[in-house]
Amino acid sequence: MSTVSRSPPPQVALRLKRALGGRAGWGGFVLQILFVLILVWIGYEIFVNARSNLENQRITSGFGFLNNTAGFDVSQSLIPYSGSDTYARVLLVGLLNTILVSVIGIIFATLIGFIVALGRLSPNWLMSRVAGGYVELIRNLPVLFQMLFWYLAVLAALPGPRQSVSLFGAFFLNNRGLIIPRPIGQAGLAPFMVALLVAIVASIIVHYYARRQLFEKGKAIKVWPIALGLLIGLPLLTTLVFGAPFTVEIPKLKGFNFAGGVRVIPELVALAVALSTYTAAFIAEIIRAGILAVHKGQMEAGLSLGLGRGSVLRLIVIPQAMRVILPPLTSQYLNLTKNSSLAVAIGYPDLVSVFAGTTLSQTGQAIEIIAITMGVYLVLSLLTSAIMNFYNWRLSQGFGT
Amino acid sequence: MKRVSLVLMLAFAAPLAAQPAGAQTLKAIKDRGQLSCGVSQGLPGFSAPDDKGNWTGLDVDICRALAAEIFDDPTKIKFVPLSAKDRFTALQSGEIDVLSRNTTWTLSRDTALGANFTGVTYYDGQGFMVKKSLKVNSALELSNASVCVQTGTTTEQNLADYFKSNNMKYEVIAFGTNDEAVKAYESGRCDVFTDDVSGLYADRLKLSNPADHVVLPEVISKEPLGPMVRHGDDQWFDIVKWTLFAMIDAEELGVTQKNVDDMAKSDKPELKRAFGTDGNLGEQLGLTKDWFSRIIKTVGNYGESYERNVGAGSKLQIARGLNQLWNKGGIQYAPPIR
Repeated sequence: MSTVSRSPPPQVALRLKRALGGRAGWGGFVLQILFVLILVWIGYEIFVNARSNLENQRITSGFGFLNNTAGFDVSQSLIPYSGSDTYARVLLVGLLNTILVSVIGIIFATLIGFIVALGRLSPNWLMSRVAGGYVELIRNLPVLFQMLFWYLAVLAALPGPRQSVSLFGAFFLNNRGLIIPRPIGQAGLAPFMVALLVAIVASIIVHYYARRQLFEKGKAIKVWPIALGLLIGLPLLTTLVFGAPFTVEIPKLKGFNFAGGVRVIPELVALAVALSTYTAAFIAEIIRAGILAVHKGQMEAGLSLGLGRGSVLRLIVIPQAMRVILPPLTSQYLNLTKNSSLAVAIGYPDLVSVFAGTTLSQTGQAIEIIAITMGVYLVLSLLTSAIMNFYNWRLSQGFGT
Repeated sequence: MKRVSLVLMLAFAAPLAAQPAGAQTLKAIKDRGQLSCGVSQGLPGFSAPDDKGNWTGLDVDICRALAAEIFDDPTKIKFVPLSAKDRFTALQSGEIDVLSRNTTWTLSRDTALGANFTGVTYYDGQGFMVKKSLKVNSALELSNASVCVQTGTTTEQNLADYFKSNNMKYEVIAFGTNDEAVKAYESGRCDVFTDDVSGLYADRLKLSNPADHVVLPEVISKEPLGPMVRHGDDQWFDIVKWTLFAMIDAEELGVTQKNVDDMAKSDKPELKRAFGTDGNLGEQLGLTKDWFSRIIKTVGNYGESYERNVGAGSKLQIARGLNQLWNKGGIQYAPPIR
């Protein structure tokens, strides 16, 4: 668009005409305006129609219900929540749970997908067959079925809370989830966090400095001992000066369940495993296609320069493959996020379960709630796309220079 | 996504289906040739398909009686199985004519949903089921328990209220359908399964070893279950309402499926009015004069329907309790047919 603003005015009109009217010129432009007007009119009619309908049947409408008290509880919440909070907060709780499982799923799906893709491309017969078998098996089974499988299989295998599998008397695994000690912040926490942050920033700076030295002066500096020293040394120093950053609360069996500690519920685990293994099968194929799209001469050239197989892959093949991989990979991320809406089948309190499920049936305001839910998924998907497009843009910038 | 399609129907198609112009629903049913009846996805005793695929149950009997009144044929029904959270949208959108699906009568459902309850087919209350091996005797011992529940019901709010008012902590795991919740309970994910007490008895039968589970004595809420119709069609509202009343009155009058033909010849004025040999009460409803005998011939009186579906004649074996007639110690009471 920047070229438009720089060009002289007559050309702007010409471009506008061409963009809006196509080959038909101004006639086409009028047609397009008409088309938009008709769309707006249809939308308006639908809106008015729906509203008068609801009024006729005396069904409550509007968004006022969001301020009412929800009155039900949720098994997992990333923000403080109780039954006396509002439906608006329920929406937020559900949204955060959806985002949590999506982010975890995306990270693991990418990792597993990448490993499986490399396995499938490997010259090792056994490894490539195992990876191929994984892809064909997983991607051809319905994801809901896989969720139920993971959930019921995981639950059936685990003991009850009174017979928990215990590790060091602090970590417990049972059919209520994985219970780990909870860190509780102390006076030393703030300086500890600051020291950690400083160490991370310093390590990044050292990394770039070493890179520059390598490119400009041909001097290779080993980065990892310095980074490791910074990352461990600085926080350790503050701990010695200010005292321990946190104490741990050990979970204890109390009645039916464990009290204290942090608990990862099995619904989250089952959902994350199902989503990431399922999506990984598709991602593996996308990555394999991307790598195969890079001409094999690139690999051979790299090898002939004396680089190892791993280095060639990392420095030459993958950066070129990324251009092919990214657009379909984005679609898979979006699919994973949307598939997480099946969570209610295994009792994970995601957006669809707590908001489009419980809230809907308590308030009965189907149109508003379904509209909000669809809007939220749309925004989530657009955000994911935007992030991926930004990454893609940066990648193509990199190739340009 | 059944729900999304129902919402779309509600937004766009409903104007054609449900203009509040009075006697529309009955006419629409007659034109269509069958009654569309919203039922559960399978709750033994209330609405569940048997091994031949025929729907039976206390809630189903209401629909059978309606079909008998309208068509004189209790098979002219399309049963629409609905999950707890889809049921109201299905009614609002006109997908079903009547919702007879163990639904609790509450104020907000009577108003904000744009629907009316037509009576109480079953007085229920929410209870808890636990494994016998936990050795729990009272719901007050359930502090820190994990509770499985079906989402989209009044049970989630009751549960929160009960635990809060008794200062107990708990964890709720809500599932989309009843079967998923029961399965998770059976696999040990939860200590407790909560539902209406009648539902607990029904679901216990689905467990692999029903004798290992016990329903706790506490009933923590009032759950009057009944059929529901849309706002705006008073005639249809009256028909559904009086179908249940007729069944209850029949029990009180001593009319049963067996003696219905003999009773129809009775000289008692109240029986003559009910059977239409005196006056035209059935026609006032928009039905035929013999509406009353059609109902009783099809499903029997309320007591017969109860015993056959949930009482002594069924696997559930639930005592009449509150659902006994008002003059026999219960609270089932119907206005007179007059």
